[in-house]
Amino acid sequence: METIVLPHLPDHHLQVCLFVKVHNAQFLRQQLLDGNVDFEYAFLDAAVLFSRQHVLAACFRAINDMLQDRLKSNNVHSEIVFSLSPNNNISESFRRFGVSETTTEILAIKVGNDQMQVEEHLRRHVEGQVVPFTNETLTGIRNEARIQKAYRVEISSDQADAFIIGSMALKGS
Amino acid sequence: MTEPIPLPPSARSHLPVPFNTSPEPLELIAQGAESLLYKTTFLSPSQPAALKVRPVKKWRHPTLDKRLTRARILAEARVLVKLSGEGIAAGGGGRKVKDPKREGKGVGGMRVLVPGVLGLDWEGGWLVTEWIEGGTVKEAIYRVSRARTMGGSRVGVSGDDGVEELRGLLRKMGEVVGKLHACGVVHGDLTTSNMMLRPLTTIPDNSFESDGHDETSPQPSAPAPTLVQSQSTNSPNESLEGDLVLIDFGLATQSVSDEDRAVDLYVLERAFGSTHPREEELFACVLDAYAHGEGSGMNGKAGKTVIRKLEDVRMRGRKKSRTEHAVWFTGKGSIMPLRLLRGVDPVVLTRDALLPKGKGMSTTANVKAGDTFRVVSYCTRAAYPDYREYRWPAVLRREDLTS
Repeated sequence: METIVLPHLPDHHLQVCLFVKVHNAQFLRQQLLDGNVDFEYAFLDAAVLFSRQHVLAACFRAINDMLQDRLKSNNVHSEIVFSLSPNNNISESFRRFGVSETTTEILAIKVGNDQMQVEEHLRRHVEGQVVPFTNETLTGIRNEARIQKAYRVEISSDQADAFIIGSMALKGS
Repeated sequence: MTEPIPLPPSARSHLPVPFNTSPEPLELIAQGAESLLYKTTFLSPSQPAALKVRPVKKWRHPTLDKRLTRARILAEARVLVKLSGEGIAAGGGGRKVKDPKREGKGVGGMRVLVPGVLGLDWEGGWLVTEWIEGGTVKEAIYRVSRARTMGGSRVGVSGDDGVEELRGLLRKMGEVVGKLHACGVVHGDLTTSNMMLRPLTTIPDNSFESDGHDETSPQPSAPAPTLVQSQSTNSPNESLEGDLVLIDFGLATQSVSDEDRAVDLYVLERAFGSTHPREEELFACVLDAYAHGEGSGMNGKAGKTVIRKLEDVRMRGRKKSRTEHAVWFTGKGSIMPLRLLRGVDPVVLTRDALLPKGKGMSTTANVKAGDTFRVVSYCTRAAYPDYREYRWPAVLRREDLTS
């Protein structure tokens, strides 16, 4: 569990937790679909995340869009998932970057709130093992093929990072 | 560089949200006509970044201002992302790979190094890119230039005073601009202050063959075994090694026209000549590498066409500095009386110059007042290798020109 404060957004802390070997992805997904207010998180499929920077860039964009009243989705958490996508299709972004029934590695992000509460809640409801949110861990989980497909790149995401993050920034322009 | 004083939070009201309330360090680096440039952090406190803000121009009509700002920020960001995606994105941004062997070594190929876009708000009027470490190429050339003037004590392979190093740097420049143009981008403001020399001191990226280097072990600078041996003992500051990264794409456009590319080169030529007068004569290396360099994207017919266009462009600017230009023949164009040119414009003749009687001229001695011939093109003094030895205006032969 980690609290990340993005430079220039001091009032919007990110509570971040990376889980592997998750069994109840379907349950978590259902909570989101039901709109369960206790489950206002961004649940990302960690297999398509290639670095911390990748995730943080999406978070910054989502929070900034929220502050500017430019959310395209329901809330800042769904916006984080949406921000990962290089195009404007919200449902597609959930299919690609959100959790599905078969997801086994999940990055959970909550904007704001206090760490203790979030941590406790997540540990209780996510059936999986917590691992540190580092680039090393992400590299181990990464599914290159899915990333390449999602961002239409042809080489390893390590070298495509600038292009991917740039594409995310340009989305919707 | 002296330690900069970061902008205190109280002096930030003119900045867009969220930067106006941010406690992060924000240091003003440059103030241009269109934008303000700050050094700050982004996404992580340890990630330095460049923030470019296009402030609201109150004297413009608000709708127009918003539209202009938006368009410019987007144009710049799009170009940067396009260049970041060269050779990577499916279809490489639409350009087919002409020469597979050029792309052979990993992503290296036609990639132009530019700062990556980290964040963007086109409505808010700001753009954040990676911070590029190192100094500008302008500073680097000044350093070498100073050392040369002060009796260059560098022990080079050929005992030179750093000229070879400079040539290498200029060739790099030519190749980089060649790659840029091959990507369908024209920079718009090519100067040596818009090029950074990033030291190769840490994690190797795609400047080397990408074969999955261990990212965590810092590698020393690329070995340059044949170059100046004593350089390796100097601090990285002294060397001209490093990646050449282009910055400031605020005036960039996506264009493949020869005219635009030629103007791009011309801007660089003039800027270089005025910023680095002592190195002006070396500029030919840039153009040579552009049109013939192995690493250039324009080393085929396309490059040749652009160079020819460049000659035309120079001709347009000719009237500004008459006495500096030599002129030579193609056989087209209008005939100008020599007496008009003599004393004003140096002229170059070719063997098959179209003289009234079909005579070919080869030396100054043969030319006399009253002779007429046709103007072909112009070159700058710098393109002529031994220009100092001639009394200008001079009559030169085309074969004697280097470019």
